[in-house]
Amino acid sequence: MRVLYFAWLREKIGLGAEEIMPPPAVETVGALIDWLRARGPGYAAAFAEQKLVRCAVDQDFAGPEAAIAGAQEIAFFPPVTGG
Amino acid sequence: MNIRIFVQEADFDAGAEIMLLNGLGVGGIGSFIGTVRDSGGLAALWLEHYPGMTERAVEKIVAQAAARWPLLACTVIHRVGRLTPAQNIVFVGAASAHREAALSATAFLIDWLKTSAPFWKREEFLSGSSEWVAAKETDEAAARGWL
Repeated sequence: MRVLYFAWLREKIGLGAEEIMPPPAVETVGALIDWLRARGPGYAAAFAEQKLVRCAVDQDFAGPEAAIAGAQEIAFFPPVTGG
Repeated sequence: MNIRIFVQEADFDAGAEIMLLNGLGVGGIGSFIGTVRDSGGLAALWLEHYPGMTERAVEKIVAQAAARWPLLACTVIHRVGRLTPAQNIVFVGAASAHREAALSATAFLIDWLKTSAPFWKREEFLSGSSEWVAAKETDEAAARGWL
């Protein structure tokens, strides 16, 4: 699946998009965050405060309990500040 | 219903957009323009967004407004990229037969744009430093107030 990072998550991780293949046991957004966090210090810094991280699964907002099976595109970003 | 949604780097002409909202049956047009505020020391505001999801999210917000008020036309234009103080950021406009629907829908649209569309602001200061803008609880409260 394709994972996208925006704003300061992109800066901390050091890239805006990547293809990942998490193991089948990673079934939810929350579990994916835990799995990503272990990939390196940039990821650990980006996901350090989970309450500051929002997610979208296939371009719809999704909470930590949301299932990721079959998702094509998962995005992580800070709370939005447009308008 | 005539819906116009644009996410763009280019500026917009608010007067021309308001004229476009007018039409048969329209008796009132509400509009809001958000601009870059310089509270001192700001060089520019950078607007980042999530291409694809942004348009979807704005379409959903407009659909919610249309389900709630009898709108005849609605326009949302949100700029992205580097914007300098006093430049336009966002235009929201809603047209209806009567003022209450037009004004309420306009307020609803900007409140929800601020909390439910994937845009992020980064402030670039004259000192050379820059910082991501944190989400405001008052904006969340304003959006929740419509529920």
